[in-house]
Amino acid sequence: MYVENNQAIETKKIPVLSYDEFYNEAADFLSKDEVHCVNYFAFPYGEKLKFVCAFADDKEHKIALLSYEFENKNINDLNLKSLTETFPAMHVFEREINENFGIMFQGHPWLKPIRFPHNRYDKKLQVSQYPFYQIESEQLHEVGVGPIHAGVIEPGHFRFICNGENVLSLEIQLGWQHRGLETLFLKNENWLGRNLLAENIAGDTAIGHAATFANIVESLAEIKISKRLKIERMVALELERMATNTGDMSALCTDIAYQLGAAVFGILRTPIVNFTQKWCGNRLGKGMIRIGGTHYPLTPELRQEMREVLKKYKKKFLEMAHKSYHLVSLQDRFDDIGTLTEKQVRLIGAVGMAARMAGLPRDIRKSHPSGGYEFVNFEPITLDSGDVFARFLLRSKEVQKSLKLIDTIISTDSIFAETDDMFEVDKPLTIQKDSFVLSLTEGWRGEICHVAITGGKGNLLYYKIKDPSLHNWKALELSLRNLEISDFPINNKSYNLSYAGNDL
Amino acid sequence: MQYIPDVKGVNLPAPYRGRPVISNAKVDENKLAGMCPLKAIGKNPLSIDLGRCSFCGECAFKCPEKIKFTQDYKLSASRREDLIIKAGENKLLKVNPKYVRDEIKKVFGRSLKLRQISAGGDNSAELELNASSNANFDMGRFGIEFVASPRHADGIVITGPISENMAEAVKICYDAVPEPKIVVLCGTDAISGGLFENSPAVNRKFLDSIKVDLFICGNPPHPLTFVNGILQLIEK
Repeated sequence: MYVENNQAIETKKIPVLSYDEFYNEAADFLSKDEVHCVNYFAFPYGEKLKFVCAFADDKEHKIALLSYEFENKNINDLNLKSLTETFPAMHVFEREINENFGIMFQGHPWLKPIRFPHNRYDKKLQVSQYPFYQIESEQLHEVGVGPIHAGVIEPGHFRFICNGENVLSLEIQLGWQHRGLETLFLKNENWLGRNLLAENIAGDTAIGHAATFANIVESLAEIKISKRLKIERMVALELERMATNTGDMSALCTDIAYQLGAAVFGILRTPIVNFTQKWCGNRLGKGMIRIGGTHYPLTPELRQEMREVLKKYKKKFLEMAHKSYHLVSLQDRFDDIGTLTEKQVRLIGAVGMAARMAGLPRDIRKSHPSGGYEFVNFEPITLDSGDVFARFLLRSKEVQKSLKLIDTIISTDSIFAETDDMFEVDKPLTIQKDSFVLSLTEGWRGEICHVAITGGKGNLLYYKIKDPSLHNWKALELSLRNLEISDFPINNKSYNLSYAGNDL
Repeated sequence: MQYIPDVKGVNLPAPYRGRPVISNAKVDENKLAGMCPLKAIGKNPLSIDLGRCSFCGECAFKCPEKIKFTQDYKLSASRREDLIIKAGENKLLKVNPKYVRDEIKKVFGRSLKLRQISAGGDNSAELELNASSNANFDMGRFGIEFVASPRHADGIVITGPISENMAEAVKICYDAVPEPKIVVLCGTDAISGGLFENSPAVNRKFLDSIKVDLFICGNPPHPLTFVNGILQLIEK
């Protein structure tokens, strides 16, 4: 069956197939260029383990849902035919299901742990015992880095297999940031508490994840928010995108010792996050997004201030961006480094900028628009060189696109003539029972996907979170193949993936 | 002009939520305490534990006559109990030199090299710590710097609630820092566990075995909050 982004349906309406039927239907979807899997997970459903899989059709702007179930008592003997064997993009989903429930997928190349969650199936396997790929050879050596890194960054373990300076293989082990988020969404029965949890999934995407969460709850509680609030949330999302992209350009310049770019882009991020603070009280947008309303309407004064901030920002940003990508020394370090092809990003199921930099136009703002994006005709930007330079240039182009979008919107007074929806913390929510909602948002990194499933009392049965990083870490691993190990930092910064978002 | 000349006297604009003040107005304390998902609000007299508070500000929206968040960004103290703000007090939060260990006063002051450990947080505190070193906040001018190796560090700054998966790495890193060493807990998650306090995926046992020298509040702490907290700790 098909749903639209954020459409609540009764869970029982999702067709329950046998695994063989599921496999065949899933394979049909995955064979289509315009379709990709946005989520596939299992969760305890009464006496059964229920598996739900969602395929986004980017052309038809709808999402197909399939499911299958097994009795709990039978799951230990399951050995299902792996989709990953034919469709490598499915590797993370099958690994996650295996890690959580011990389900075997026959033909999966290697069912490795994703995040060592507290409720994993095999508790004997510790985070320090990750089964790294190894090559036996007298000529090769391994370099292990982490979990603690040299800078102020999140923990992860990177294992390189090198021939001299040349990287043959990079494998990234995550899970160190795991703090039990999905479990806490169920344990915390207070909607404000859940809203705060959503803001704390990935601090650099506080607005992206909180907006996705708000969309889900509003759909479940049948709350219709005003056009104005939808637009304001879109502006917030675009500010978050601009701030991070600017910061990432600074980080990339830092790693090639281009001091001017590092300092100027670094300084330019500040007025954006400071404006976000002026708007909602927090530089990263915590507090901005609330269910069904806001404490912080975008007033005429704020809009005027935003116009001034962005005008100054734009002039300096364009000057610095122009100077940097015409700089021969920058081109020399970024060109043809860490290149992925369109075929590769498609195979691994990359989303967001990690897809668009190599010509794959995946962008939820266009394919499954919700909220404010329903009112703008958004066209994604794609580049085709797939290298570090493409990821640098794409950020600059994304910033310019966000600027233009915000500028048009905040100058349209009629949008803001409407009264804003104000948030009331103790307004009771009537949550639809036995329902299922899937929500997609194009965060700055790419596609964020949350799913909520409710029980017979309108209680939360399951809450699934997917940060775009879950897919895109594989892109970083592949980018490093046959590069010098000294090219790792610029590749890492060029993706800027989330550990917290992966580890949950 | 991007550089902030005086980090101690910046006026942050509302609605930035800094140190709260609580009035003596009569309100339904049970209701206020009950609404806080982080259980940061205590009763009789009404109090807010800034080590638990995520500064979401919902209590102040609910009861503006009782709770007001000021724009005071100095939110650090050297004792855990000093983070609790009570009704009727308009007490500034600061590091009381009386409670700073003598060896910190003796050894540190002209410069401070810190090793940051990220342990189960959401990366927001890390973003603000990185911003503390940028050209705007520029804490490097005070000799405060983050270093790569714990062997080169005078202390550690922990962010995040300390996940079970990071517990061992945190301990190893702490052990690798030479004595005397400073321990800073930065942000709500690190100070109390925050939203993750009762998570089965968190393991905070490490904190029972060490002395914490500085608590810096916020979710995440503002760069100015961090810089001022460290300065208060090492100032002679």
